[in-house]
Amino acid sequence: MKILVCMKQVHQKDAPLKLNETGAWIREDVSYEVNEPDAFALEEALRQKEKHGGEVVAITSGPARAQQVLREALAKGADRAIHLEDNAFVGLDAFNTAKAFAAAIKDEKFDLIFTGLQSDDYGYAQTGVILAELLGWPHATIIMQIEKTDGGIRVKRELEAGYFQFVDMPLPAVLTIQSGINKLRYATLIGIKQAKNKPLRKVALAEVQSAIGENLQKIERLYVPQKTKKTEHIEGPPGEIAKKLVDKLRNELRVL
Amino acid sequence: MPDTILVVVEQREGKLNRVSWETITAGQAIAAATGWPLEAAVVGASAASFAAEVAAKRVAKVYAVESPKLEPYTPDAFAAALKQFLTAKQPKLVIMPHTYQVRDFVPKLATAMGRAVISDCIGFKYEAGKLVFTRQMFQGKFAADVSFSSDAPWFVTFQNGAFRGDKAEAGAAAAPVETVAVNIADGVIRNKPQEVFKEAKQAVDLTQAEIIVAVGRGIKEQKNIEIAKQLADALGGDLAASRPICDSGWLPMDRQIGSSGQTVAPKLYLALGISGAIQHIVGMKGSRTIIAVNKDSEAPIFEIADFAVVGNLFDIVPPLIEEVKKAKAGG
Repeated sequence: MKILVCMKQVHQKDAPLKLNETGAWIREDVSYEVNEPDAFALEEALRQKEKHGGEVVAITSGPARAQQVLREALAKGADRAIHLEDNAFVGLDAFNTAKAFAAAIKDEKFDLIFTGLQSDDYGYAQTGVILAELLGWPHATIIMQIEKTDGGIRVKRELEAGYFQFVDMPLPAVLTIQSGINKLRYATLIGIKQAKNKPLRKVALAEVQSAIGENLQKIERLYVPQKTKKTEHIEGPPGEIAKKLVDKLRNELRVL
Repeated sequence: MPDTILVVVEQREGKLNRVSWETITAGQAIAAATGWPLEAAVVGASAASFAAEVAAKRVAKVYAVESPKLEPYTPDAFAAALKQFLTAKQPKLVIMPHTYQVRDFVPKLATAMGRAVISDCIGFKYEAGKLVFTRQMFQGKFAADVSFSSDAPWFVTFQNGAFRGDKAEAGAAAAPVETVAVNIADGVIRNKPQEVFKEAKQAVDLTQAEIIVAVGRGIKEQKNIEIAKQLADALGGDLAASRPICDSGWLPMDRQIGSSGQTVAPKLYLALGISGAIQHIVGMKGSRTIIAVNKDSEAPIFEIADFAVVGNLFDIVPPLIEEVKKAKAGG
């Protein structure tokens, strides 16, 4: 099976974020990492390839820094990578990101495309499904298991509140992958070495520009959310904090 | 044709999803702000049977969008049915709950119509004739006001709990119901869904717990779960976790709180090393009192905490266990 994995570089989970001068985005001088569900999507693609053979290709969009995501994917076992490299990709909405990806892979023939179920920055949870519609492929979301069948694949969808559902579907298809579908591997030293010689195709903005248009939605402003709750800060050395908390538990909450 | 707001309510397995009432409340609020009329739609093989329940609320009209091919749910059939219906109706704004089912089909539907979805919103503002929708970004660290720059219909989904379902106003009289039969051609539906099932019985029912001690990534290693357990035991509470902890196998899945786990509302929710991603918060924000311990002072969990402790949980939990034990012993 030939599998494309869409990956995104996002701010590190505990990185302190600051607004930039536009007030509509964050300052870019933070640490970055792979969007977590995308790491699970890559792992699942590698496992499918190990079972059924084929090829795993990682794709991302973003400035030069985003290449790190692809290097990690190659080091873990992806065969090649595609980088839509331009700072402008950061500001695209899900609709245009999907259009750019579709344009970048128009000469390829994949059986499956994986994305993480959503990103830690925008959190749209849309790009994979939009990509499926643009390609005219079926899709399934929030996937926890993938088995090859005679006619295509059988996937396990996670529903809410502990429910699941198996879905049979034909190929090619797009799947959005849930965190926890598998156990992530680490890159090996040999893998990291080999990654340097693996093909990485760069796609300039100009090559996909004709496919993308104006964003269909616009971030007017970004701000620290207004608190709806009054929060009391408990401060001091640990022992004192513990005493204060127990006092609250006993005399205010009456749970002790 | 005036600008109309259309709420698409959700039914699953022959039952109206309760989150639908929240979406009706959202629709009523937007209608009040904009002056646009509010209508509702139910989609399904026998949607008309749910329409009466929706028609009791203060909406101008309810559409039952029906086709035998809408059962069982598939994204192909739902997108095809709603595209037909919406292309004919041309509402200005289409709102839905941000459920797993809606997430599955609404980006497809909007794309098929060349439109956009502002997803997972928590509110809206109507400023100088312009509608903007508020959504969380960067895992809740920021809020964003987002507007549409595309033509209508505009698609918006609202996060579970963003509006109060019990505030959905009843109408003076039942709204008229119109059944709309849609035609879904053969070959449109490509997926074959099997029966919905629940994985093994849920061994732990946290929904009844009065005190919950929950751990997140900040616990760092599996062996550290033990101190959280000791605290839970000392308090006479239950141990729970955010998703990454259960994904790592450090605690079983049935102790997971959040959109994919259990939704709880205990008297006390003590969050240890939980950053407060949206998916976790929707499962516990109804707790009466929330105490959060996290070393990151900007962690979103503090937004909803009643008591905040900015610090290392490994410094704070051990003395807390001792103090709780002392208090319980009558000290």
